Amino acid sequence: MKIIYGLTGAFALSAVAMAASAADELPACENCVDELTIVSWGGAYSNSQIEAYSKPYDALTGVKIINDESSNEAVPKLRAMNEADNVTWDIVDVVASDAIRLCDEGLAMEIDADEQLAAAPDGTPASEDFGDLLVSECFIPQIVYSTTFGYRTDVEAWGGKTPEDICAVFDTATFPGKRALEKRPINNVEWALICDGVAKDDVYDVLSTDEGVTQALDKLATIKDQVIWWSAGAETPQLLADGEAVIGSTYNGRLFSVIEEQNQPVAMLWDAQVFDLDGWIIPAGLSEERKNRALHYIMFATDTQRLADQSKYISYGPARKSSAPLVGKHAELGIDMAPHMPTDPANATNTFLYNYEWWADNRDDLDAKFQSWLSQ
Amino acid sequence: MSASTTVSSTSGSSGASGPLTNDGQPLKRSLARALRREKFRALLLISPLLVFILVSFVMPIGDMLFRSVENKIVEQTIPGTVRALASWDADSAELPDEAVFAALADDMMLAQEIKIHTRLGSRLNYDQPGISSVFRKSGRKIKGLDHEAAMAGFIAIDPAWGTPEAWTTLRNMKAWPGKFPATAQSWDNWKAWYLSEEKEELDPATTIPHGFTYAALYHDLAAMPASSIDAFATSKNTDAAALFKNLVGQVDSIPSDDFKAQFADIEKGWAELDNWQAIQRLSPRIVDSYFLAAIDAERTAEGIESKPDNERLYLKLFVRTIFMSLVITGSCILLGYPVAYLLANLSVRASNMVLILVLLPFWTSLLVRTSAWKVLLQQQGVINDLLVWAGVINEAGRLVMINNMTGTIIAMTHILLPFMILPLFSVMKTISPTYMRAAKSMGASDSLAFWRIYFPNTVPGIGAGSILVFILSIGYYITPELVGGTTGVFISNRIAYHISSSLNWGLAAALGSILLILVLALYWTYDRIVGIDNVKLG
Amino acid sequence: MSALPAYASTGQRIWHYTFRYVICGFILFFLIAPILTIIPLSFNAENFFTFTPAMLSLSPEGYSLKHYQDFFTNSDWQQALKNSFLIAPAATILSTSLGTLAAIGLSQSHVPFRRAIMAILISPMIVPLIISAAGMYFFYSRIGLQGTYWGVVLAHAALGTPFVIITVTATMVGFDRSLTRAAASMGADPVTTFFKVQMPLIIPGVVSGALFAFITSFDEVVVVLFLGSAGQKTLPWQMFTGLREQISPTILAVATIMVAISIVLLSVLEMLRRRSERLRGLSPS
Repeated sequence: MKIIYGLTGAFALSAVAMAASAADELPACENCVDELTIVSWGGAYSNSQIEAYSKPYDALTGVKIINDESSNEAVPKLRAMNEADNVTWDIVDVVASDAIRLCDEGLAMEIDADEQLAAAPDGTPASEDFGDLLVSECFIPQIVYSTTFGYRTDVEAWGGKTPEDICAVFDTATFPGKRALEKRPINNVEWALICDGVAKDDVYDVLSTDEGVTQALDKLATIKDQVIWWSAGAETPQLLADGEAVIGSTYNGRLFSVIEEQNQPVAMLWDAQVFDLDGWIIPAGLSEERKNRALHYIMFATDTQRLADQSKYISYGPARKSSAPLVGKHAELGIDMAPHMPTDPANATNTFLYNYEWWADNRDDLDAKFQSWLSQ
Repeated sequence: MSASTTVSSTSGSSGASGPLTNDGQPLKRSLARALRREKFRALLLISPLLVFILVSFVMPIGDMLFRSVENKIVEQTIPGTVRALASWDADSAELPDEAVFAALADDMMLAQEIKIHTRLGSRLNYDQPGISSVFRKSGRKIKGLDHEAAMAGFIAIDPAWGTPEAWTTLRNMKAWPGKFPATAQSWDNWKAWYLSEEKEELDPATTIPHGFTYAALYHDLAAMPASSIDAFATSKNTDAAALFKNLVGQVDSIPSDDFKAQFADIEKGWAELDNWQAIQRLSPRIVDSYFLAAIDAERTAEGIESKPDNERLYLKLFVRTIFMSLVITGSCILLGYPVAYLLANLSVRASNMVLILVLLPFWTSLLVRTSAWKVLLQQQGVINDLLVWAGVINEAGRLVMINNMTGTIIAMTHILLPFMILPLFSVMKTISPTYMRAAKSMGASDSLAFWRIYFPNTVPGIGAGSILVFILSIGYYITPELVGGTTGVFISNRIAYHISSSLNWGLAAALGSILLILVLALYWTYDRIVGIDNVKLG
Repeated sequence: MSALPAYASTGQRIWHYTFRYVICGFILFFLIAPILTIIPLSFNAENFFTFTPAMLSLSPEGYSLKHYQDFFTNSDWQQALKNSFLIAPAATILSTSLGTLAAIGLSQSHVPFRRAIMAILISPMIVPLIISAAGMYFFYSRIGLQGTYWGVVLAHAALGTPFVIITVTATMVGFDRSLTRAAASMGADPVTTFFKVQMPLIIPGVVSGALFAFITSFDEVVVVLFLGSAGQKTLPWQMFTGLREQISPTILAVATIMVAISIVLLSVLEMLRRRSERLRGLSPS
């Protein structure tokens, strides 16, 4: 066990003993293949997973890990693979809403959290440790991220004012300039309704009616000519850095990178940030040997220490409650990561909860309406 | 081509007793054989590529386009419901009867077990907004349906109905499955459900089906004339006769689970007429609904109608795609013509240097070039900065040249310009300078000589370049996606959206088919007028 | 007409120079403007596609070679480069050889169903790329080719063949058929005739077709995104993820290197051409 102790110790700056004990408990994989294809998003996010999960796993087991970067096309590709009965992926990183969709369509395997995921170091079963974040039977949460706004701090036309709350996005008189918003209805319609006077708790009730949808789109229409619509997470940071947009939504990790790593004159607006989850699914229909290997990797990669380790490389909150105290410092910058987590109490004073079930039921309709509104 | 017609027509008209060749063969036959050999050789040379393209390209495309009409999913997911619903009169203003709801309960039970019901919901939602959530919500609650009433009724009449042997007898009857369509379907559902739930094959000798199958049996029997049941009860098949003996005259007494009311309870959508009309309309394996959606139309109770204004999308996009492609083609002609002219009229040395400039962008990744245009065109970009610096515009008046139509047109003109310059250049190279000299020596002014002599000679080049640019641009997707914003995107972007985001592959295929037909029509016209052989790329 | 005649009037002179240096100069500038933009940006010291104030004031802190370093040391980029150079040549060879054969076949005087065949062979160029990509994805998945090296090569070869067909048939149109007859009458068999007579004449068409086929594969991102898997990640794919997941001027560094290589290659070709002209005793035209 000495070797394992040394290896893990090198990765985990804090709670070394705990990490070693977690690795101790990792049973050998029985009846497993020695190759694993992991699909993720690429870029800094994939890197954080490789550093925190795959490299230690490889050191423990010697399994050959192939990294694919197709998460963006995961749903259509899994559907086509399923249709062709030729699934080539073992583990896929997807956002929660995609996981729900894949699970509903029978394209992802169901997971028994307590059976197939590691318990917390103090023995709390996984289902409790993840708690509410287990939003689907197939979904193994990994990180909590949030979609929130960043704004430039040097806009002259704002006359020294800085956006205090989410509705600044809709206030083009006080805060003139282009806005960057994601090219999909999710989040945007909620923000629009909140800024149109709908109480936070009523948002989904209002959205369930045709009038509510029209109200949201009408509110968005007031800034439509000032919006640059993005579809890739890297766009808003670029637009903000260029000054092409003065305020824009993106994932909080991207903004962290712009502000802390690239030192751009940009600040975070945590108000009404929308929490979302990202995590793993295992495709349905894998052979027994491949399934065993995938589960074995998942058991390791989603334990308390590994999830905490990931936050050294990227500013997303670990999905386990038990990981939170272990969040350490950034691997390169050496700054404390905890204040940059969306879940940090100071940042989470006004958060918005994303209703997965509502969106799963209504996504098809809203998407169609939003897209035709966009092209009007 | 012209040579071939001459040869064959001569040989055709030269009669049976025509001239002979040296080896005594009739010339006609000899020529015909030579022709055949030549045709065969040509085909032999072409066939490897033809087979390759057919297999690796044409078949996949055909397969893809077939999705625009294919609609097996409804029948595959709820086969019993589709069968039972076939006899329902959609105009009757009444919900389908209990038999349909029983079949739906049975089908949904299996569908949610193997998790295919949401796929069907999404599919139907394309044509019937709102139905997706009806399927999702019912899927979650379907296990709670009461379904034992019919079963209890059968067993009350004769306890033998509660044994596996009864089902073996029933399935061995000659009338199975012909006279028991719903029951047979339900039995198959039950088998599949059992396999999925218990992870092992059903052993019919030890297990009786669940209540849904008894309900199906009840509905099959209720649909039969009483004489059929009499016939079963008196048939030579003694097992069957024993089984049906007690049923004679008793079928009506079997209680119903009232699935109709139960469904209306778990999701009010099942009590809405238009949902059922949509299911019935979309039951066939081949449907035109995707094509209708692709032209902003829908089938309603009153027939095919245009969608309301604010939902119309695709026709406008088609028009915009064609319009923008035309503008791009036009700007390529305007910019490409002078450069091609320059290339054709410089010394070989100089023209090769210029040609390098023309070809360089080719060697730069399309993604990089598009990103570079972003840097150049955006409001805080290089061009705007230069204009502000030069005092042409002021800080507030920065031009919006990206994330709109202008951005797409500029970037695509740049990307497609070489496809215009090269064919033009190869045509201009062949125009002898003596033509122009002759015209001028006869007193034509420069411009007259150009427009009357030089320009007409370059028209084939313009045609070749234009068609190439137009065809390439009409199907473009990456560049408009990156620089087009919402007003500068093409129909291809919608196709891509439906393939990778909304997963409405049928609509993507229908839009793709229409686009392809447009392009093929263009190609055909072009081939008629100019001939595809006259396209030259350098 | 390459030079202005001595008797040209002032108006003609003005027009001549305006045309040559202003109009054509502008268009050529338009053509290379994006390239001129990316070269300095690839030396950006920051991780954005932005001309920073430090860059504009030409201060050395604004510039760095870190994106080049990233390209040469990052295994993702190196793997992508390798994959591109494994896939593009294979696709080029396949499409050029099959395409040239077919073009020769098509230029025979008697080809049954010529129009239909031609339309099929050209189709990969005219079918919108997104349809091709999706269609091939579904189909190749079913036959187990999706996510394999050969799957991507076959798809790219199919996309490249129309260019070969077009360029080679174009050179064949002007081909004097009496040459092959002459060769045959002097006893050359068809194979000898092909290599000694036809081949040298159509080689320019074959080469330019091969170039187009190569570029098609080398710069193709839509199809490879669908058909490829981790093992076939090409440069464009890596660039595409780069643009989507983290904007990094590394892709500009890659592009700059590619431009430099192609300038060198094209110049070498031009020099070789001049040399061979000189050796053959032709005066440079």
